[in-house]
Amino acid sequence: MPLYHDEDQAMLADTATSFMAEQGNIKDQLRHWRDRDCPDGFGHGLWKQMAEMGFTGMLVGEDDGGLGMGHVEAGIVLEEIGRNLTPSPFLTSSVLAATALKHGSNDLKGRYLPGLIEGESVFAVAIDETAKHRPSRITTRAERSGNGFKLSGSKSFVIQGASADMLVVAARTSGSDDDEDGITLFAVPKDAANMSHNSVRLVDSSMATHTKFDGVDLDGDAVIGEVDGGREVLNAMLTAGRIGAAAEGVGVARGAMDLTVDYLKQRKQFGKLIGEFQALQHRASHLYSEVEIARAAVIKAQQLLDGGSEKAELMSSVAKAKVARTAGLAVKEGVQMHGGIGMTDEYDIGLYMKRDRALQEFLGDAYFHANRVAELNGY
Amino acid sequence: MSDLETFRAETRTWLEANCPAEMRQPVRDEEDVYWGGRRAKFKNDAQKAWFDACLAKGYTVPAWPKEYGGAGLAPAEAKVLRQEMSRISARPPLSSFGIWMLGPALLHFGTEEQKKHFLGQIARGEIRWCQGYSEPGSGSDLVSLQTYGEDKGDHWVVNGQKVWTSYADQADWIFCLVRTDKENKYKGITFMLFDTASEGCSTKPIKLISGNSPFCETFMEDVKVPKSYGEGIPAYVGEINRGWDVAKYLLGHEREMISGADGGNTGTVGSAMSRHVAKSGDELDPVLRAELAMFDVDALAYGAMGEKFLDEIKVGKAHPAQPNMMKYAGTELNKRRHELMMSAGGSRSLEWESEETGGGKPSRNWLRTKANSIEGGTSEVMLNVISKRILDLPGA
Repeated sequence: MPLYHDEDQAMLADTATSFMAEQGNIKDQLRHWRDRDCPDGFGHGLWKQMAEMGFTGMLVGEDDGGLGMGHVEAGIVLEEIGRNLTPSPFLTSSVLAATALKHGSNDLKGRYLPGLIEGESVFAVAIDETAKHRPSRITTRAERSGNGFKLSGSKSFVIQGASADMLVVAARTSGSDDDEDGITLFAVPKDAANMSHNSVRLVDSSMATHTKFDGVDLDGDAVIGEVDGGREVLNAMLTAGRIGAAAEGVGVARGAMDLTVDYLKQRKQFGKLIGEFQALQHRASHLYSEVEIARAAVIKAQQLLDGGSEKAELMSSVAKAKVARTAGLAVKEGVQMHGGIGMTDEYDIGLYMKRDRALQEFLGDAYFHANRVAELNGY
Repeated sequence: MSDLETFRAETRTWLEANCPAEMRQPVRDEEDVYWGGRRAKFKNDAQKAWFDACLAKGYTVPAWPKEYGGAGLAPAEAKVLRQEMSRISARPPLSSFGIWMLGPALLHFGTEEQKKHFLGQIARGEIRWCQGYSEPGSGSDLVSLQTYGEDKGDHWVVNGQKVWTSYADQADWIFCLVRTDKENKYKGITFMLFDTASEGCSTKPIKLISGNSPFCETFMEDVKVPKSYGEGIPAYVGEINRGWDVAKYLLGHEREMISGADGGNTGTVGSAMSRHVAKSGDELDPVLRAELAMFDVDALAYGAMGEKFLDEIKVGKAHPAQPNMMKYAGTELNKRRHELMMSAGGSRSLEWESEETGGGKPSRNWLRTKANSIEGGTSEVMLNVISKRILDLPGA
């Protein structure tokens, strides 16, 4: 498959580009909700509109009422989300949770997927337990209890945890903390008793929770996939999520770069447009190269995942690490090249820097993924 | 089975039968490759057998039309052949600037007779070509070149000096940019072809920091270049005074080649280097391991870019200035690769003449890569082009 969008995908990209620019733009979404201290950090109205566009259920199979599209298509929407810094539950709900639910029972699918497709429901994923992404270590435990389980432990930095109608929780049902086996994924409903959320606002204005499970009673049918065999589903979910986060990161990088290149063409200093200075031209050109390469890594990863290739895992880490580096460069160069006004809240470039910072940490930063590339390559 | 799958199966069978085991090893240096030419010798029988087999099949230039010595493969078939050759680490049967640079220019700009005449020679490895572009004082700034060809009716008399003429000391013919009109900066250059054994033409190797002399200086004192080598075979490519068009087209190819966009420059180094360090009884320093891992991320991402670039070129989707970006990123990556390989090798890789290092290969190769971001246009020139033609920055 050639590494560019086919005709249908190019059409989707056109649609997504104009939709997100019109409805998901910084002024109407990110700034709007931020300036109102919105406890969700995003607008449900837009989520509903995204459902009407058919975005929310893109990765849900046709048999389950979705569009049965792939990660290239989801990535198209994510890149526009990134470019417009649109706060939205798309990545956690439509990519991560939707991927997990593919492995769920028909009962689970029937309970949750229609709400997702309609844009009525929002899902979160609770994996991390520390400030750095470390999914190899899961200490949250679910003990057998009656016909179901009792969940105890805590999760950190659950994005949109308090707004979610359902949380996909990775818990240990057997073995010790660092074991590969013994993991089970659960779909924990919003109103579960003995679950508490401590909400925190992050640097990018998104909302995350530190969520505690203090003996939460779960039915046996809350299990996604196999008991003790959840690692595979977790890994599938993480790979999809990482590739999705990388696609969003490319959007952030492009958004920051476009803003900066435009600025270079307008701002005058010493009687010249600053874009005439070779020192800045070379840095902008270098950034362009990096962004193009990062985009290529992302589309390669998306195609490998859609094609069911075993190389998707390696490429997901390549993409996530490359994008983290590239978007990081884009926002740093962006703020620097804007000069003093780049430090002001009034200009958008700083918002890109904040979003990039949060996105870099989400599901593993460049260090985590470069280390994983080394491990997968056997060193 | 699709046609392409059939082709792949046939190719595998053919390679199995025709590619000798000795030719299924990565190329370590230039001797491992047959370069052709009047003075060429095969390194061993296997190299000759492999060359002969490929020549008979048209596989020295597989994508060229059959009438010019190629196999007439469609782009998708040529890709399959590349993949299958790379799968068994098959060495190229023939390498030359004729294949990489002059060939594409002739295919695009040449007359029918000219193509038949010169392309056939290139495909058969009969003539080894070198390139006469740069001059002292005009490297990437080719339009400032001074070598002058005075029009004498049926021939020119050429005077001047070329520099960085790669392997000119082993070449038979030169494709050379010569000013034929002093008034017009861009439209006064002609792309000429002539024999370096012509009277007045001499070549001197330049010793480089690597200790090797792949580059030369070529001097032209009253060299007589005919305007034609026969019916329909002009001694120039394209039109007289319009050599700049040919040069620009060809530089695009050169940049793609140097950037390794064809897949030659995408290799990771981490696993090989960690094994290398372990073999020498050392432990891989965690900080070096981290650098290797970061490099591998960049190399794999660049590999995807190379693939995307070639896919886009095929359907005309790539920006025309994209080869500049590939050249910039690819050469910087390759320099970094060799820096890391030197670090991983430690003091052993400093040995300049020992047998263990194959005569100082690690350090000589490392030094050689420093030219990657200079030859074919410097990284800075590439960045200028991106600024101007892609980002549309003012005054760039």
